[in-house]
Amino acid sequence: MENKKENVISLLVNNKPDVLARVAGTLGGKGYNIETLCVDVTINPDVSKIILTTIGTKATVQKIEAQLARLIDVIKVENLTDVETVKRELALIRMALTADSKSELIRTINKLNCKILTFNSDHCVLEYRGTKCEVDKVLETLKPLGIDDVARTGIAALERKN
Amino acid sequence: MKMKGTQVLIECLKAEGVDVMFGYPGGSVIDIYDELYKSKFNHILVRHEQAAVHAADGYARATGKVGVALATSGPGATNTVTGIATANMDSIPIVVFTGQVPTHLIGNDAFQECDITGITRPCSKHNYLVRNPDELANTIHEAFHIARSGRPGPVLVDLPKNVIAAEIDYDPAKIKINATKLSLQPKPSSKKYVQLLEMLRAAKRPMLMTGGGILLGKATDELRAFARRAKLPVTSTLMGLGAFPGSDPLFLGMPGMHGTYFANMAISHCDLLICIGARFDDRVTGKIDTFASNAQIIHIDVDPSSINKNIVVDLPIVSDAKSALENINRLLKDNNYTATEAERKDWLDLIESWKKKAPLSYCQDGKIIKPQCVIETLYEVTKGKAIITTEVGQNQMWAAQFYKYDDPNTFISSGGLGTMGYGFPAALGVKLAFPDRIVVDVAGDGSIQMNIQEMATAMQYNIPVKIVLLNNGYLGMVRQWQELFYEKRYSNTDMTFQPDFLKVAEAYGWEAFRATTPDEIRPVLEKGLFSNRPCLMDFQVAREECVYPMVRPGASISEMTLGTREMTN
Ligand SMILES: Cc1cc2nc3c(=O)[nH]c(=O)nc-3n(C[C@H](O)[C@H](O)[C@H](O)COP(=O)(O)OP(=O)(O)OC[C@H]3O[C@@H](n4cnc5c(N)ncnc54)[C@H](O)[C@@H]3O)c2cc1C
Ligand SMILES: Cc1ncc(C[n+]2csc(CCOP(=O)(O)OP(=O)(O)O)c2C)c(N)n1
Ligand SMILES: [Mg+2]
Repeated sequence: MENKKENVISLLVNNKPDVLARVAGTLGGKGYNIETLCVDVTINPDVSKIILTTIGTKATVQKIEAQLARLIDVIKVENLTDVETVKRELALIRMALTADSKSELIRTINKLNCKILTFNSDHCVLEYRGTKCEVDKVLETLKPLGIDDVARTGIAALERKN
Repeated sequence: MKMKGTQVLIECLKAEGVDVMFGYPGGSVIDIYDELYKSKFNHILVRHEQAAVHAADGYARATGKVGVALATSGPGATNTVTGIATANMDSIPIVVFTGQVPTHLIGNDAFQECDITGITRPCSKHNYLVRNPDELANTIHEAFHIARSGRPGPVLVDLPKNVIAAEIDYDPAKIKINATKLSLQPKPSSKKYVQLLEMLRAAKRPMLMTGGGILLGKATDELRAFARRAKLPVTSTLMGLGAFPGSDPLFLGMPGMHGTYFANMAISHCDLLICIGARFDDRVTGKIDTFASNAQIIHIDVDPSSINKNIVVDLPIVSDAKSALENINRLLKDNNYTATEAERKDWLDLIESWKKKAPLSYCQDGKIIKPQCVIETLYEVTKGKAIITTEVGQNQMWAAQFYKYDDPNTFISSGGLGTMGYGFPAALGVKLAFPDRIVVDVAGDGSIQMNIQEMATAMQYNIPVKIVLLNNGYLGMVRQWQELFYEKRYSNTDMTFQPDFLKVAEAYGWEAFRATTPDEIRPVLEKGLFSNRPCLMDFQVAREECVYPMVRPGASISEMTLGTREMTN
C-alpha cells in the first residue's frame, strides 16, 4: 500500500454563499476528512481562497483534486504539498492559571516565543504562529501547565516562487 | 425592456430553443403557469413530478438537446430528486426549474419551503437559487450552458416567488454567461495520438470498449469509421448501446455482469483495450485486479475525474470523443494505416470461436413464454427500428441483450442509478420528440407500478407509446440474486397480488392485450405496436427465468455462469 500523508490543497473559488458547502460536500460525500480549513476572500472580492489539508495517498488525493476541479464554482485547484511554499498556522491558547503554575508558565512562554494577548489572575490568552508541526509541539509543551481551550486557524500556505 | 420575471423565463426558454416542458403546478409557480397559459407554451402536465424529470431526460437522450422540467416548491421539488439523480449518474443534460418561497421567507420554515439546492447539491451537476431578479436571465442561460457542455448533466434552478414576480429590465443582448471554464475544450497533445497509433500497430489483439460518452459526444460516425478501418471488435457498455451497430459482425455486445461471454472473454484476452467515453463502472469491470489484465489500456474521456478513477490506464487522453476520433481517423489516413485481414485473422477467429461456443441463448420450449423470446420477436416485428426505453431489472438486461440497436439513441435506460419507474415516463419524452417512431417501454411488473399514473398523461396529450410488460410476478432481478446467492429465500420479492394490468390500462382508455402462450407473442405485438393509441401488452412469462451470462459480484468477468453451465477460462 502506498503511504498516506498530509496534503495541502489550495483552491480559488467564486465568492458565493454555497461554495464552501460544495467543496466540503465533495470531500465529505466521498468519505474524505478535512483536517484543516482556512477561507478568506482574495484581493479580488469576487474570488475566495480555500486552503485545506486532507490525509490520503497520492492516488486518492489526485481523485479528490479532479472532483474538486469539476465544481463549476472552483476556478483553480493546486496541490501545494510538494511545492516550495511558506506554511503558517495561528493558534490562540487560553491557559487556566493557578498560583503554583504562574511562574513556571511565564518561563515556558518566553522560551516558546508565544505572545501574551491577555493576562489576569485566572486566565491568560496566548498567541502562537508557526508551522502545523510547531503549533502541535507548543501545545504539547503547554498541556501539563493547564490548557483551558484552543482555537486554531488551520494552515495558510503560499507558494514561494523563487 | 421591462417585463415580469415569468416573462423573462419564457423568453429565455424560447431563446434556448425549448419546444416542450414537463411539469406540475403549485402555489409558488402559479405565476409561471399563468405565463405558460398566456404565451401558449407547450407544457405537458404529468401526474407526478418524478415523471416530469424522467420525461425531460428521455427527451434529452433521444434528441441530444436539453430537456426541461418544472415543479413547485417543497413536495414538488423533492419529488424531482430521483429524476435529477438518475440524469446525474448517466450524465444527461436537463434543466429543472423549481418554485421557492419568497426570498424574505427562506430559512423560516415557511409553507412548502424546502432547501432543494441543498438537497440536490450532491446529485446534480450544478444548481442555483436565484436571489436577485437581475440575475434571472443570466442564470437561466448559464444553466443550459452548463447542462450541455463538457460532461453533460442536470442543473436545477430554484426560483423564489418574488423573483419571478419582479419587474425586470430584460435585454437579450446583455446576457453574459459566467462559465468560461466550461467553454474550454481540452486539447490533448498530438503526441498522444501518435502514441495511440504506435500501440495499435504493435497490438496483436486490440479492441474497443465504448460507452455513453460516444452518444453524449455525438461521435457515432467517427467511431464507426475508426473501428472499421482498424478492424477492431467493439464492445459497448449498457449506456453506449447503439453507437456501434448491434448487427455488425465486429460487435460483441455488452461487457460486464450480464455481458456476453465473448465480450468478457475478449476483454480478458486482448492486449490493447481502447476505451472511449466509458467510466469502468463496477458492473463492467467485475474484479478490478483481473480486468483486462493482459492489456495495455488507452482511455479517452472528456472528464479528467473519470480517468484513473477505477482502473489505472497506460495512456490517458482527456478529450471530447468526437474530436479525439477525428484526430485519430486523420492520423490513420495520413499514415495510410488500414488493418489487413491477415493481421486481424487470428484474433477475430478466436472471438468467432467464443461466439460459437456460447452465444446469447435461451430455451423456448413448452407452453410458457420465455421473456427473451418476447424481446427477440419485438426486434423482428419492429425490424429493429423502434426506440426502446426500459425499466430496471431483468427486463432491462433482456432488452439490452436480445434487441439489436443499429442506431444511436435508440436504447434509453437508467444505467447508473438503476431507477425503477424510469422507462415509461422517459418513453413519453421520446415519443414527443419522435412522433413517427415506434416507442416501446420494455417493463417489469414491479417497475411499471412506480409511475403507472402516467397512463393519464399519455391519453391527455395523445402520446401513443407502447408498453411491453414482461410480467413474471416477481421483483425478478432481486429474486434472481436470492435464487443464486441466498438459497432461494424469496424474501419480499414475490408480488403475489397483482392488479389486472389490462383493466388498469383500459381504465385509462388505453388499448391492452395479453399473451399467455408462445404462439400469442407475435400476434399480440402486431396488434399492439402499430395502432395509433397507447397500448399495454402483458406477456405472462416464465416466473423464475434468470438473466445469463452472469458474473457473480466480486468475481472476474472471465468467470461467467451461463445458466446450467459454468464457464471459465
Ligand atoms: C440492473 C443493472 C445491471 C447492469 N449491468 C450492466 C452490465 O452487465 N454491463 C454494463 O455495461 N452495464 C451494466 N449496467 C449499467 C452500469 O451500471 C453503468 O450505468 C454503465 O456501465 C455505465 O456506462 P458507461 O461506462 O458507458 O458510462 P456513462 O455513465 O454513460 O458515462 C459516460 C462517460 O463518458 C464520458 N463522456 C461524456 N461525454 C463525453 C464526450 N463528449 N466525450 C468523451 N467522453 C464523454 C463521461 O465523462 C463518462 O465518463 C447495469 C445497470 C443496471 C441497473
Ligand atoms: C426505485 C428502485 N427501487 C428498488 C430497486 C432495486 N431493484 C432492482 S431490480 C428490482 C426488481 C424489478 O422488478 P420488475 O420491475 O418486476 O423487473 P424484473 O426484474 O422482474 O424484470 C428491484 C426491486 C431499484 N432498482 N429501483
Ligand atoms: Mg418482475
